[in-house]
Amino acid sequence: MEKDFIVQLDRISVSFDQEEVLNNFSLDIRDEEFVTLLGPSGCGKTTTLRVIGGFLMPDSGRVLFNGRDITSIPPYRREVNTVFQKYALFTHLNVYDNVAFGLRIKKKPESEIKKEVTEMLNLVGLSGFETRKTSAMSGGQQQRVAIARALVNHPKILLLDEPLGALDLKLRKEMQVELKRIQQSLNITFVYVTHDQEEALTMSDTVVVMNNGIIQQIGSPIDIYNEPKNAFVADFIGESNILPGIMHRDFTVSFAGKEFICVDKGFKPDEYIDVVVRPEDIKIGDYKTAQLSGVVKSTVFKGVHYEMVIDQGGFEWLVQSTLSEEPGTLVGMNIGPDDIHIMHRNGLDGEVDEVV
Amino acid sequence: MFKAKAVSVPYLIWMAIFIIAPLVLVGIFALTDAEGSFTIENLSGIGRFTPVFARSIWLAAIATAICLLIAFPMAFAISRMSERRQNLFLMLVMLPMWMNFLLRTYAWMSLLENNGLINRFFGLFGIGPFQMINTQGAVVLGMVYNYLPFMILPLYSVMTKIDNSVIEAAQDLGASNGKVFSKVIIPLAVPGITTGITMVFVPSISTFIISRMLGGGGNLLIGDLIEMQFLGNSYNPHLGSAMALVLMVIVLFTMSITSSIDSEELEDMLI
Repeated sequence: MEKDFIVQLDRISVSFDQEEVLNNFSLDIRDEEFVTLLGPSGCGKTTTLRVIGGFLMPDSGRVLFNGRDITSIPPYRREVNTVFQKYALFTHLNVYDNVAFGLRIKKKPESEIKKEVTEMLNLVGLSGFETRKTSAMSGGQQQRVAIARALVNHPKILLLDEPLGALDLKLRKEMQVELKRIQQSLNITFVYVTHDQEEALTMSDTVVVMNNGIIQQIGSPIDIYNEPKNAFVADFIGESNILPGIMHRDFTVSFAGKEFICVDKGFKPDEYIDVVVRPEDIKIGDYKTAQLSGVVKSTVFKGVHYEMVIDQGGFEWLVQSTLSEEPGTLVGMNIGPDDIHIMHRNGLDGEVDEVV
Repeated sequence: MFKAKAVSVPYLIWMAIFIIAPLVLVGIFALTDAEGSFTIENLSGIGRFTPVFARSIWLAAIATAICLLIAFPMAFAISRMSERRQNLFLMLVMLPMWMNFLLRTYAWMSLLENNGLINRFFGLFGIGPFQMINTQGAVVLGMVYNYLPFMILPLYSVMTKIDNSVIEAAQDLGASNGKVFSKVIIPLAVPGITTGITMVFVPSISTFIISRMLGGGGNLLIGDLIEMQFLGNSYNPHLGSAMALVLMVIVLFTMSITSSIDSEELEDMLI
């Protein structure tokens, strides 16, 4: 086992009521990384987090912490702290006592506790709130208390279970930036669970896309967005056009009834594949000279751009453009070689076992 | 504002007739003699019954403590069950309350008697018979058995509001199971604890059926004394009212103690 992995999940299986949530799940997490487990609800991401936190004993498999087996160690003896989805603050204690909870359990001297708590409240921007009741705080403030309460214990890993889910959009964006800043200033590992792909792409060093208890793809946000490995990832990460095609040979693919030049290679001759094209990568042009042509079915103003549905030979393309076209207009569409992403068919297999 | 006041009028009348007026009457009776002239003899003479008052407080306190010890883990266990099982167990807790109070207490009599079921069972092994009926232990047992649901229900209702994630957060922060109980669950359950204590202690201290049926003649409680002043041979409603007044003061005093206990003191008491 390599040294710089702080957490390794080794063939973890978990099932509830005979329903398998994680099946032979393996994942290695590097130290000081911001790792996000991303997937739809029920994909096993929270279960994975609970296994790391020790709240859930896996049916089989091992959890390693710095190479040491901690599978059967209870949560209160792990060097891991958690920020819960619903904050889970102690309502009978004020802000200061909430944050001091962990240090008092460890029987640290009160003078040291005061110093640490003050420092941590400062870090999360809650100085001056010490004696406030937690029930008299906004959702964003409560979540900051929860973060401070976890971080004050100097965990090696901070687990965050959809911590921003209950906040409104603006606050969520602010907290995203803030969490990233906190992670970088403290240099500790964050394992973050979310179903919000934008959140995952904004904050993470590494994104783990999951579905049905299986890792679909692991990579940097840019890799995941630009080179989705399969249709699930492509569909889940942003909007995309996914359509069947044939990879004739290296750099040549045909789909939607046309042959295109692409940048992919290493497929079998004439292999059946799936093609992903992002809506923002399609350029509207003159229908006479363009690669593809179709009829605009609808146009919706989205703020930064217009979103159009274009019917081309029965396939409905989703296209984003800064210029709008009237519904009913015949338009052309061009797709550059860089913007065509080729995926193996049935890439959703359970054997993906990769290192982050 | 006006409407709210108008709606509350019937309740105010009800309270005036059935709560305030009787209290005033008890006060008047306590401070007058048979001829209707003012006297404090009834109250000053109560010192004679100090042993009975002390016994009542003592037995009610023991019963309340036992109820708390039994109900706390039980209520917590129920609050962590699935919703369906919670309903089932709550029904089981309340099931005895659907039966007549007297009947339940009679049942205990026949169980505890010298030739009752329990002693006959022991007799099979050649031990006993033990003296169980007409003891203070039997009185306490009767109180615990009859009033336990009044401790479980308020505790349960505050404990169901404790989210599992709060317990997990405490574990996450390094608290062992014992610490989770003392630092999180008990403090959060304080409102239920004070309600439960009141709801068990007050009927226990003023009961007369349980002490008469299970305690025999030797374990008189305040309730029995008061009852005797009104219905018994020593008919004296003035003295009975004075006793009731003193009992009320005792109850108010203990209630003010329990409600002033904050979570930290309770924590210290329990550790």
